[in-house]
Amino acid sequence: MNERLRSMASHRLFWPVAVLVVMLAVNTIYRPGFLAVEVNNGHLYGTPIDILRLSAPLILVGLGMTLVISTGGIDLSVGSICAISGAIACLHISQAPDQNSLVTVFTALAMALGAALVLGAWNGVLVSVIGIQPIIATLILMVAGRGLAQLVTEGQIITINSGPYRALGLGHLLTLPLAIFIALGAALLIAALTRRTALGMIIESVGGNREASRLAGIRSARMVFLVYVVSAACAAVAGFMMTANVSSADGNNAGLWVELDAILAVVIGGTSLAGGRFYLSGTILGALIIQTLTTTVYAMNISPQTALLFKAVVVIAVCLIQAPEFRAKLGRRRRGGPPSPSSAPQPQKEEVTA
Amino acid sequence: MSTTSLTTGPRWARLPRRHVPVLVTLALLLVMYGIGVSQYRAFSNVQVIFNVFIDNGFLLVVAVGMTFVILTGGIDLSVGSVVAMTAMVSAWLLESGLPALPVLIIALLIGPTLGFLMGCAIHFFDIQPFIVTLAGMFFARGMCTFISDSSIRITDGFWTTMAQYRIGDPRGNFVSVSVLIAFAVVLIAAYVLAYTRLGRNVYAIGGNPQSALLMGLPVGRTRIAVYTISGLCSAIGGILLSFYTLSGAPLIAVGMELDVIAAVVIGGTVLTGGSGYVFGTVLGVLVLGVIQTLITFDGSLNSWWTKIVIGGLLFAFILFQRLIGIRYK
Repeated sequence: MNERLRSMASHRLFWPVAVLVVMLAVNTIYRPGFLAVEVNNGHLYGTPIDILRLSAPLILVGLGMTLVISTGGIDLSVGSICAISGAIACLHISQAPDQNSLVTVFTALAMALGAALVLGAWNGVLVSVIGIQPIIATLILMVAGRGLAQLVTEGQIITINSGPYRALGLGHLLTLPLAIFIALGAALLIAALTRRTALGMIIESVGGNREASRLAGIRSARMVFLVYVVSAACAAVAGFMMTANVSSADGNNAGLWVELDAILAVVIGGTSLAGGRFYLSGTILGALIIQTLTTTVYAMNISPQTALLFKAVVVIAVCLIQAPEFRAKLGRRRRGGPPSPSSAPQPQKEEVTA
Repeated sequence: MSTTSLTTGPRWARLPRRHVPVLVTLALLLVMYGIGVSQYRAFSNVQVIFNVFIDNGFLLVVAVGMTFVILTGGIDLSVGSVVAMTAMVSAWLLESGLPALPVLIIALLIGPTLGFLMGCAIHFFDIQPFIVTLAGMFFARGMCTFISDSSIRITDGFWTTMAQYRIGDPRGNFVSVSVLIAFAVVLIAAYVLAYTRLGRNVYAIGGNPQSALLMGLPVGRTRIAVYTISGLCSAIGGILLSFYTLSGAPLIAVGMELDVIAAVVIGGTVLTGGSGYVFGTVLGVLVLGVIQTLITFDGSLNSWWTKIVIGGLLFAFILFQRLIGIRYK
């Protein structure tokens, strides 16, 4: 029994799952109706469904970010790309004579996705061909991208009234929100491409040692280029969802801080920022944890900005748990004197319940 | 990197390579100023330059702190939030009736303390600076709204005096007290970087941390010190900002870290560390300030052009640093 418990605790998804369960449990204690799901008009409603629906954009951005981080890079521009793609799509729809026509909506989506792919390619070229540090290369687009998004919307908030577009964020399919299926579809597609083929291992090897994998015959530069394009595409779809949720595009605020949340989700999921390994399932869990945290904070009537305090504690706790140095120090203390009460994950749980 | 090029060629090509980025920034600044003067008559007024300093004094101080961090090859994302938190805490303490001096001391202690803690986390647990300072950024921003959801006005006598006091001719050309403080910070920082042991350690660690360690330099202490310095500069910047706006607002200085990083990079500091000058950072801040002034003078361009131009300049300078052969890891 003890043996099995220990092997479970050492599983890489153990801590994320534990945190999620604890947060859900605390919420249920605080508000007994938290987990209740009801059927209304043939659709499921309830807080858990809401959490799933609202975490869909973050899951998408997180998936792209996971691939980027696994090559040892980072993509700070995803928030700006969300804003740009949402702005382009909304602009095209708002100018169309019939906003509800499917052709219009699909043209808008294709245009915005195309623009996002170009931006992703720009990031990819900067990192893989010119060889600029990823943080800096994507910082350029993070700064300039907000300006571009405002340029597209001309500083206004574009509101649209398009049924098919709104469905991306608020629509339902088989009683569940459509956004969940889109995120799930993207996750399955990426998982199939990376885990059922050699692609995932190639990406990991590039992250482990770019030069060595190049000498082993892998086109490292091409792989690095590719992950930035994929990340931009994921961000674009997330941008559609964000703007569809509110039926308007705001160049300033759409996707603000999503890059930080996405990086956080990836790190919580156990993917190391140093690259070389990635866990898609961990990222999805991480995104769910962040959204649950946000929802919890809202439900407890704490200002959304104050939620950042809790996020800060979670980031530090997760990083400490993952840091080999910290583990080594903790292990030494455990083996030494009596077991200290201040084991690593404790502060994390305490703060979450606070 | 510091080798003087001895190849034959025109005289200008014999400049030390490490000076080239700063000189290019200087040239860019002069060209932009020239464009401004040729296009708008009012631009040649000296007060325009003074206003750039008055409006960007706090940015300058924070950018100086960031220069230290970037010189060691690190990055500090928390500066914008720490600036806001310092302004917020001082506004809050003043509102609750504390006299100006203790408030100043407390406000100036918060930033360095947070910086010290972040430096410790980075050094002792070997976590990436990016993530640690990201957590610091979340923490400081969260503290702001934790203190108050809305902005707090400052009515304290000392603060209003500092905000309104003009040095020089109040009707002609003048600067505010903040500008003098900013200059003092710049001079001290330039001295520390160029002539003290700490400054040389900063460059050594940025150049190659492994070699620095093998040379017996105190890598850990220096690394913690630079984040503490950055925290102190952010705290001073926060005080200057509260002089400037006479309030503490929870959402002020959002995204300021990007402007600061952009200013440092445009000023010629290499992001992998080891090369750059405080003087370059001053030029970088001035470039950003002049861009803003130009866009204000033009009137037909909207504020978002600032971001696009800054992004473009950032790209141009990074590309340029690469082309002249400054090493990136």
